[in-house]
Amino acid sequence: MKWSEFFTSSIGKKFVMSLTGLFLIAFLIVHASINACIFADLPVFDANDNGEIFNKAAHFMGATILIRILEYGLFLFFILHIYQGYLLTVQNKSKRSVGYAVNLGNRGSKWYSRSMALLGTLILLFLILHLGHFWVKARFLHNLAPVTYNGVEMHDMFAEMKMVFAQPWVVIVYVLGCISLAYHLAHGFQSAFRTLGVHNNRYNIILTSLGYGFAIIVPLVFALMPIAMYLGWVA
Amino acid sequence: MSSNNLNLTLKVWKQKNSQDKGQFETYQVKDISDEMSFLEMFDVLNEKLIAEGKEPVTFDHDCREGICGACSMYIDGKPHGPWLANTVCQLHMRAYKDGDTVTVEPWRANAFPVIKDLMVDRSAFDRIIQAGGYISVNTGNAQDANNIPIEKQLADDSFAAAACIGCGACVAACKNSSAMLFLSAKVSHLALLPQGAIERKTRVLNMIAQMDAEGFGACTNTGACEAVCPKEISLTNIARLNQEYLLAGLTAEK
Repeated sequence: MKWSEFFTSSIGKKFVMSLTGLFLIAFLIVHASINACIFADLPVFDANDNGEIFNKAAHFMGATILIRILEYGLFLFFILHIYQGYLLTVQNKSKRSVGYAVNLGNRGSKWYSRSMALLGTLILLFLILHLGHFWVKARFLHNLAPVTYNGVEMHDMFAEMKMVFAQPWVVIVYVLGCISLAYHLAHGFQSAFRTLGVHNNRYNIILTSLGYGFAIIVPLVFALMPIAMYLGWVA
Repeated sequence: MSSNNLNLTLKVWKQKNSQDKGQFETYQVKDISDEMSFLEMFDVLNEKLIAEGKEPVTFDHDCREGICGACSMYIDGKPHGPWLANTVCQLHMRAYKDGDTVTVEPWRANAFPVIKDLMVDRSAFDRIIQAGGYISVNTGNAQDANNIPIEKQLADDSFAAAACIGCGACVAACKNSSAMLFLSAKVSHLALLPQGAIERKTRVLNMIAQMDAEGFGACTNTGACEAVCPKEISLTNIARLNQEYLLAGLTAEK
């Protein structure tokens, strides 16, 4: 079997979706962990932190060569996941030219499992806005306010977050983005492992629970960031 | 046992041949016993249509015992009608109330072209089986049934997969018109047994290649197939099929 045959077969295409999806899931853990450093400023921890821990963590991510290389991989996997996802959606839709008068709907499957392309599109739109808010400014425009800790100058990402999340519409869009992500993960997490061929019942039970847990906790941590900034919980 | 008689309105898909566009026809059926099966209700309708000199409704059926997989009606948005783990021939009219309107459509998938009315061409499934749904055995006298020891759990799992009757409800229910539940049942049935070990790799590769060539979609694990399967084939089989395919595809010699 040629590689080209393998990766263009129906299961091969899903294999690519699965592997890229799992990489993006791993990225979400890193992203959420780094950004959760803003909560160090909560009064319960250290009200005088003012984003120092977060800024240092963000600086580490931006200034470490290995992570910058992984960043290229991340973009490659994002593009592959998006391209392959749309390709599969279009191809799968083309397999039924005449539709039904009455649809099965939610009697057989969850709505979000049938709406992965729509949820993915919402996440993509959010991602474009999100990259414009932070990543483009930090990497290319370099127009973020500087801050110096122990003689090292770095971007004050914390101040940038405070500024961006002072606008109510941005907070609403971010929360909607997180909700889309939650539903996308609710199906994607467990589906990725099924596509990889995990069929042992004991693992499936663990992965299903873990998937729903992940789909709730990670988007919730993300959504709490703009909300906490807007409501002044961290300032 | 007393029976209640029903009067129903049927909205049935009528299509002359695979080229015809087709449309819904509305029929009234009267005095249908609730002890009849859904197909017997269609027999009554067809008798009436023939007596009136009209064209009867074409539909597939064979054993009418729920074991052959020939009947294939998409009733009110669900393959094989409202009951769970059931075929149309075993759907009884007690599922309905007097005055109900029932919409009946054929399986919809480009790989299952409509031949006429509610009858579709499912020979794509035959070609998938021909591509790899077999095992190699010695000819001559059959060997003793207990000659090859098989672990009980594997035998049970294989048997559960072998219960697939190839009706195509999974394809009809799937938003992607994927035949993965059917394939996974056929591949699991053989891959779990020692007799299936000989063609284990080529079987799954050839059957998936044939499924793709027939124009079925890819699986997105929504689970709609499992929910409508008359033989309750488990979605777990699809994960097993994926594993079989990935291992065979990634470790193939050429």
